[in-house]
Amino acid sequence: MSIRLHNIGKHFGSGRQRTRALEPINLDIQEGELVGLLGPSGSGKTTLLRIIAGLENPDRDGGARILFGDRDVTDVHVRDRRIGFVFQHYALFRHMTVFDNVAFGLTVMPRRNRPTSGEIRARVHRLLEMVQLESLAGRYPAQLSGGQQQRVSLARALALRPDVLLLDEPFGALDAKVRQDLRRWLRHLHDELGFTSLFVTHDQEEALELSDRVAVMSNGRIEQIDTPDDLYRAPGNRFVFEFLGDVNHLEGEVRGGILTCGDARLSVELPDGPEELLLRPHEVRLVEAPSPEARLPATVTAISPVGAEVRVELAADWMAAPWLATVRHADYERLDLRRGQRLYVEPRRWHRFPEGRETRRDAPRASLA
Amino acid sequence: MQRIGDAPAVRRALILAAVALAALFLLLPLVAIFAQAFAQGVGVFWSNVSDHYTLRAIGLTLFITVLTIPVCLVFGVALAWLVTRFSFPGRRLLQTLIDIPFAVSPVVAGLIYLLLYGRNGWLGGWLDGHDVQLMFAWPGILMVTIFVTCPFVARELIPLMQAQGSREEEAAVTLGAPGWTLFRRVTLPNIRWALLYGVILTNARAVGEFGAVSVVSGAIRGQTNTLPLHLEQLYQDYNTVGAFASASLLALIALLTLAAKAGLEWRAARQEALA
Repeated sequence: MSIRLHNIGKHFGSGRQRTRALEPINLDIQEGELVGLLGPSGSGKTTLLRIIAGLENPDRDGGARILFGDRDVTDVHVRDRRIGFVFQHYALFRHMTVFDNVAFGLTVMPRRNRPTSGEIRARVHRLLEMVQLESLAGRYPAQLSGGQQQRVSLARALALRPDVLLLDEPFGALDAKVRQDLRRWLRHLHDELGFTSLFVTHDQEEALELSDRVAVMSNGRIEQIDTPDDLYRAPGNRFVFEFLGDVNHLEGEVRGGILTCGDARLSVELPDGPEELLLRPHEVRLVEAPSPEARLPATVTAISPVGAEVRVELAADWMAAPWLATVRHADYERLDLRRGQRLYVEPRRWHRFPEGRETRRDAPRASLA
Repeated sequence: MQRIGDAPAVRRALILAAVALAALFLLLPLVAIFAQAFAQGVGVFWSNVSDHYTLRAIGLTLFITVLTIPVCLVFGVALAWLVTRFSFPGRRLLQTLIDIPFAVSPVVAGLIYLLLYGRNGWLGGWLDGHDVQLMFAWPGILMVTIFVTCPFVARELIPLMQAQGSREEEAAVTLGAPGWTLFRRVTLPNIRWALLYGVILTNARAVGEFGAVSVVSGAIRGQTNTLPLHLEQLYQDYNTVGAFASASLLALIALLTLAAKAGLEWRAARQEALA
């Protein structure tokens, strides 16, 4: 079932303490899509999710509309919206067994629609089988690990066969390994059961890996919504670019096709004036000698050879903040990198987001200071 | 390194002082009550307890308590729910107002009720015109008892419900639970021990309340005399054994209350360990 949001705005508080949590937002999610809401804390992503669920009300004055398929649910109470909601800290009923937790939604149905207790038992066991927790049906939530609790809460949310599954930071409280497994498992489940899902996360990697499309939010606004690929390759503005990964800044003055910043120089085809370039760590190379186009001296301050690539931290007087470069293990060995070594950085690519292209934005400039 | 107060001499002295004080101020009076009550034998004790007026006083006290508890229970749960689950202007003020019955001397509470509902009171004149008498009758006693005991349940519940948050309730709503089902199956099981604890405290206070009740009851023997008032009257009449027999009944209720409280705490701790 598709989800359509129209003019969803939200203010908290009243009078002088009234603060805006969401600017009026429009968002269309296709049937069967898995969409991630990605943003830093305070960006309004959880508020948006809770409004879709019906746990919060959008502002009344903006003509807000929420549609599930053709059904207008704007004024429908949470309990009648037919959504499954997975809470950040699972919110399992602590005094009930795993079985009773999963069965809860079925046992509170009005008597005339309620399945018989035999049917309920069969359905709960099927669900527990699906989340691989059948053997723990008699346990209490406190006796389970975080990952197991999260799977119980998923099974509980799916028990009523909701049209829409909403997940609030579903893996936020789990350790890295469990998180990876659960992520893959959720994606699999989503594809198999075909519900429409929307999940909130502050972890870019998680959003990019799991979602069909990602909506990047900041300051109560959707900055960009795109497939993970497009988002990473063609960020619409500076915030999105900076939020999706590590960024190196090169800020200086362009004169006659040369950008100068302290003792660093770089040939660029840009008009004269102040300029700021942004570079991803994998978009720079480390070389032993400067080239005619680039002369960016730097000193190696830290090396982390763990993983597919070696992460090298660089410092120099002309840098406002340390740079990060990722190099292949082969290059790492060839260059014989050591701490304290002096090298030159050679940009392969750079990005720029001139003010004109982000007139709408008033967001994070702090990192430039 | 030595921790503060870890010197054996200091420790022993403190323990000894604590035990001595507890014995002197808590245990000894309790023993004295029972000793006095049975001073002239079980027969005399029994005849005092089964005296007509004593039985009437016990009956009235239990009657008032039985009516007070459900009122305080409903009021306390509703108030705790309101204060912890909703945010509205004046929420903090309300939380402070809950404590008024604790802050005000019970005698003052009694006097306020007398002033409002007595025959010459603001509302009392109107009530009198309609032949309703609240003061110097059991409804008045009930009213002041409720006033004095109403914070107990709410005070027990509010910190607990604040700490637990509303996540589980939200989860229940998204699963389609109607309001009453939600309360019965999710909220209530989570607060039941605190609730029972609040009821026990309410019970103890309702049985033992003297000050507020003495102002509004009129202490008519056999009619508006509660057990604590009856006790005081017996003592004024130089019936020491009778007074202490009644006192021993009150002390017994207090001891049972303490036992129940300890039992509950033990169970709650065990649940906590399990959860």
